[in-house]
Amino acid sequence: MAEETKKEYWRWPESTWVNSGIDWKKGTIITVGVDVGSVSSQAVVLVDGELYAFSNTRTGSDSPDSARKALGIAVGETGLTVDNIDYCIGTGYGRVNVPMAQRTITEIACHARGANFMYGPQVRTVMDMGGQDCKAINCDDKGKVLNFMMNDKCAAGTGRGMEVFADLIRVPVWEIGPRSFQVKKEPPMISSTCVVFAKSEVVGLLEKGVPENDIMAAYCAAMAHRIMELLNRLGVHEKFVITGGIAKNEGVVKRLEKELGIKTAEKVWYNPAYKDYPFDTQIAGALGAALFAVAMVSKGKVKSARKK
Amino acid sequence: MIVAGIDVGGKNVHVVILKDGARAAQGAAATGIQKAQAAERLYEETLRKAGLKQVDVGRVVATGSACKRIAFADACIADAAADARGVTRLVPSARTVIDVGAEEGRAIKISPDGKVLDFAINEKCAAGTGTFVEAMAIALEMSVEEMAAISLKSSTSIPMNAQCAVFGESEVVSLIHQNIEKQDIAKAVHDAIAGRIASVARIVGLEKDIVIIGGMAKNEGFIDSLRKEIAMDIIVPDDPDFVGALGAAEAAAKGVLEEKVAVKVVGQEIVEG
Repeated sequence: MAEETKKEYWRWPESTWVNSGIDWKKGTIITVGVDVGSVSSQAVVLVDGELYAFSNTRTGSDSPDSARKALGIAVGETGLTVDNIDYCIGTGYGRVNVPMAQRTITEIACHARGANFMYGPQVRTVMDMGGQDCKAINCDDKGKVLNFMMNDKCAAGTGRGMEVFADLIRVPVWEIGPRSFQVKKEPPMISSTCVVFAKSEVVGLLEKGVPENDIMAAYCAAMAHRIMELLNRLGVHEKFVITGGIAKNEGVVKRLEKELGIKTAEKVWYNPAYKDYPFDTQIAGALGAALFAVAMVSKGKVKSARKK
Repeated sequence: MIVAGIDVGGKNVHVVILKDGARAAQGAAATGIQKAQAAERLYEETLRKAGLKQVDVGRVVATGSACKRIAFADACIADAAADARGVTRLVPSARTVIDVGAEEGRAIKISPDGKVLDFAINEKCAAGTGTFVEAMAIALEMSVEEMAAISLKSSTSIPMNAQCAVFGESEVVSLIHQNIEKQDIAKAVHDAIAGRIASVARIVGLEKDIVIIGGMAKNEGFIDSLRKEIAMDIIVPDDPDFVGALGAAEAAAKGVLEEKVAVKVVGQEIVEG
């Protein structure tokens, strides 16, 4: 079966989920967080602070449309509309363009808050790799940011860096992690830091007949090394967790753990009542935003925007 | 005496053959993955053009990458040394050389007799190299030559936020979606890289006469942006992408066997050669 050149290897599947155990009409405070990144957009809906719905979508060329699409997909057939929302907070690169948001909060604060909710109050360091950036965040037991470091200038060590690679070797991006371990021996990492130059290096390896899995291992190792340098500049403290898309790439995560000598926390909800809910590391930002919203409304710090 | 200079670049190989000091023949070809083979093939082809054989050539000096793997070369000299010699032959008044190729952007301060006095290079980040311009041309769906030509028609200054070739591509696509004129985007691309090249050049100091060489010197849009960025005149010699090979040939003619220079890579001293 020949896949023609139109196939896009970076295009990971969009997803959505609704909590069938909650009837939003019976809830008191409905809040929403929308995270519009340069590559992906997520929306999270909380009913009285409990996870109700979320979506994980590809950002289009228009930020407001991406925000509307993410929320629309999250609420799907539930009948929930913008008018039923008490408070919405926008975050991410495109946060000023979230039309239904009453306010914006930076993604640094939102990821720390979201990671705290997802992984628990023992979290002290969060590494989030988004589509076009990489952040290392130190936080306290409430998910409040204490310190952070960020790269958003260079594609090396960002989701785009991995997507560009997937397209180059023509392997779907979600297969790269598992396949990178199907090697006889761990190869040396790709030496170029720059994604563009790394591409040339990869082409050279392919022409020399180096097995694809070995090249994937070399690339994941280089990316893990890059992330480690950022993390070490900040200082990593356990419990160490990863949010964002890269958390789904075991090829990078496992090699990062090895370089740091620290294991990342298991990808399970801290709240045992959530154990059957899907755990999508990409929703951390939007989740944090929705949590800030419910805190503000319930403490009377902001007025509800709800119309119906 | 017949000598040859070989410059193995990131994208292209250049060969210059001198007979008693005058240019007898020159040739260019894609470097590809097998660099040494590409260099040898081009050398043979260029010799044939001049009606010569390898045995007629007295000395061959190479420069660029894979330099040491070129079996038929008698010696290797540093890129900066080759550039300095080549530019001095063409523009004796040159004091600053800017060489932007596919994978490197360098600036060289030279003495009146063509010796390297100071040198700075970016070879780690594609955004300060010809690769950046090529990637943006692909995003604009045109050739680099077309992009160079239309950017001269623009009178608008749009700043590019991306510092990276990969992010720059997304930014160009988003500018196209915003219905910004392609000529304005093309100019923005050239302005962006001109800024980065100027930064490297300022490390060695901009002293006239300033000469630009390398493949990017053929891009009139980039040259225009760079002239405006440094607010100084820039001399573009003919066949600017052959100047490295010419310099290597000059070194061959002068009997030079080895030439190293000290490198400033973003503030660190490293010996290259």
